[in-house]
Amino acid sequence: MRHPFFSLLLALVLGGIVSALSDRIDPYNLDVLIGVGINVVLAVSLNLIAGHTGQFSLGHAGFMAVGAYAAAAVTIFLGPRLLGDAAAPGGLAENALFGGALLAGGLAAAATGLLVGIPSLRLRGDYLALVTLGFGEIIRVLLQNFEPLGGALGLNGIPAYTTVAWVVTAGAATIFTVGCLVRSSYGLGFLAVRDDEIAASAAGLDPARYKVVAFTVGAFFAGIAGGLFGHFKMTITPSGFDFSRSIEIVVMVILGGLGNTIGVVLAAVLLTLLPEFLRPVAEYRLVLYSLLLIGLMLARPQGLFRFRTPRPAPRA
Amino acid sequence: MTEFLQQLVNGLSLGAIYALLALGYTMVYGVLRFINFAHSDVFMVGAFAGLYLAPLAPGGSILGGLLVVSGAMLASALLGVTIERLAYRPLRQAPTLNVLITAIGVSCLLQSAGQLIFGAAPRSFPVIFPARALSVGGLDFSSNQVVVLVSAAALVVGLRLIVFHTRMGAALRAVSQNPRAARLMGIDNDVVIRFTFALGSALAGAGGVLYAVNYPTIDPLMGVLPGLKAFVAAILGGIGSIPGAALGGLLLGLVETFVGGSAYSTYKDAIAFALLILFLLFRPAGLLGKARVEKV
Repeated sequence: MRHPFFSLLLALVLGGIVSALSDRIDPYNLDVLIGVGINVVLAVSLNLIAGHTGQFSLGHAGFMAVGAYAAAAVTIFLGPRLLGDAAAPGGLAENALFGGALLAGGLAAAATGLLVGIPSLRLRGDYLALVTLGFGEIIRVLLQNFEPLGGALGLNGIPAYTTVAWVVTAGAATIFTVGCLVRSSYGLGFLAVRDDEIAASAAGLDPARYKVVAFTVGAFFAGIAGGLFGHFKMTITPSGFDFSRSIEIVVMVILGGLGNTIGVVLAAVLLTLLPEFLRPVAEYRLVLYSLLLIGLMLARPQGLFRFRTPRPAPRA
Repeated sequence: MTEFLQQLVNGLSLGAIYALLALGYTMVYGVLRFINFAHSDVFMVGAFAGLYLAPLAPGGSILGGLLVVSGAMLASALLGVTIERLAYRPLRQAPTLNVLITAIGVSCLLQSAGQLIFGAAPRSFPVIFPARALSVGGLDFSSNQVVVLVSAAALVVGLRLIVFHTRMGAALRAVSQNPRAARLMGIDNDVVIRFTFALGSALAGAGGVLYAVNYPTIDPLMGVLPGLKAFVAAILGGIGSIPGAALGGLLLGLVETFVGGSAYSTYKDAIAFALLILFLLFRPAGLLGKARVEKV
């Protein structure tokens, strides 16, 4: 992966092949693949916030929830009016609607990210972690109390629009955008803010701006992942986007290594596949996860998949 | 007016439990500068220790209740010290973020291990203190609420005595002011940190049993929300400040109870976090904390 363009191309070609063959793949494997793709989008987008910019966020599931609800609202409430009854399932009109819904979900989540990014200007480290956690919980409670979107019972009957092709495209777009952003000369600012905020502002960078941009872009992709998730599971409830969901995404990023995109993608794949293999010992899954997390921090804090000598970890 | 006083009593007894938990957070934050996410699960383990100890003590008597509470405090203190030794001490020099993530890991571990060991279903908590319904001037409250308030107050006073009138307490304050200078004065930081964890965890264990006495079912995830809210309470009061944590806990308990009794009761769980965000934005040092300027 010399340049993000190659990975984009590679991912799209792979996605094309997989979706062309999707009729012949076992539906179970296809479902697992979609789950992997959604988690890749979530992990890579959190990595921009937590890894590259060093703003530890525990509310990623909240952004995901906003995206999931916004996208589902578009397809459920606007869809029938725009499409009419005539639209063929899987046709162009339907896919265009889904694309629009995902975009709406992403934008709604980005707006929320902007809102969360603003308090982050004044906070750092574990205080920030706590505020993002608080925001995530507030979003959940608000959705629970918002009856037009189903309240605590959640939203049912979301059309199953999510296909492998959509998921791969979203994954590739996320990796590409985050990759390009971080490699650009503008994006070096994210790393500078992470490494030393005071030095960054002394060098004429505006840390506040970078933090808000990171939160907004990261939340945008989390929202898209939420939209994909909703149209994959066909039903969403506020309690499905709670604190433990955020932790799951955080574990992926930590496992892959903060700020290491390839590692984070691998970790997301690994952690989505692992439960499938661990089904016989499903009870012990969470125990294993937490031991993994603790062991990793004690023995290999740079993440599982970082092989070059790591830079000194950011001081929060 | 009666209803107001009634809610006041309910709020204070909830707030007293938040205060006990908040003290542990604030003390650990004082010496190590990180959020001990596992604290809320020490609270849970304290409640379960109480559950298993209850049959051994005479039920429904004040002495028996106090024995159960002390046993749970001891068990929690041991757990807290073990966690510190195994998970946090190796990370003494590591960046805050790594310690924070480890703390989240320990918290998840205790919850999932708790579900395996204690079972995931809620268990009902036995009667350990004499339970009576009291009525004073039209106010209805249970003897358990009195027990909670009195024991919490006693524990806070005891903590204050330890922190301000013993050598160990002086060492604790020294380490939280400046760990390096404290070491130069011959204080063994590791001993002080272990003591802090023992003290904070014991309070959490007592909080766990008192919570279980008042809200009589317990389960392995019972600590999550009270834990988060207690940390919010610690921030409201000013992190690192012991009277602040007690004040913040009472305040949060009151606000939550009054919101819970109003038309907005379904928003009850969001109130603590909304308060947290407001405080961090407008008064990050909390009610009784001192603002610090970061030096380059």
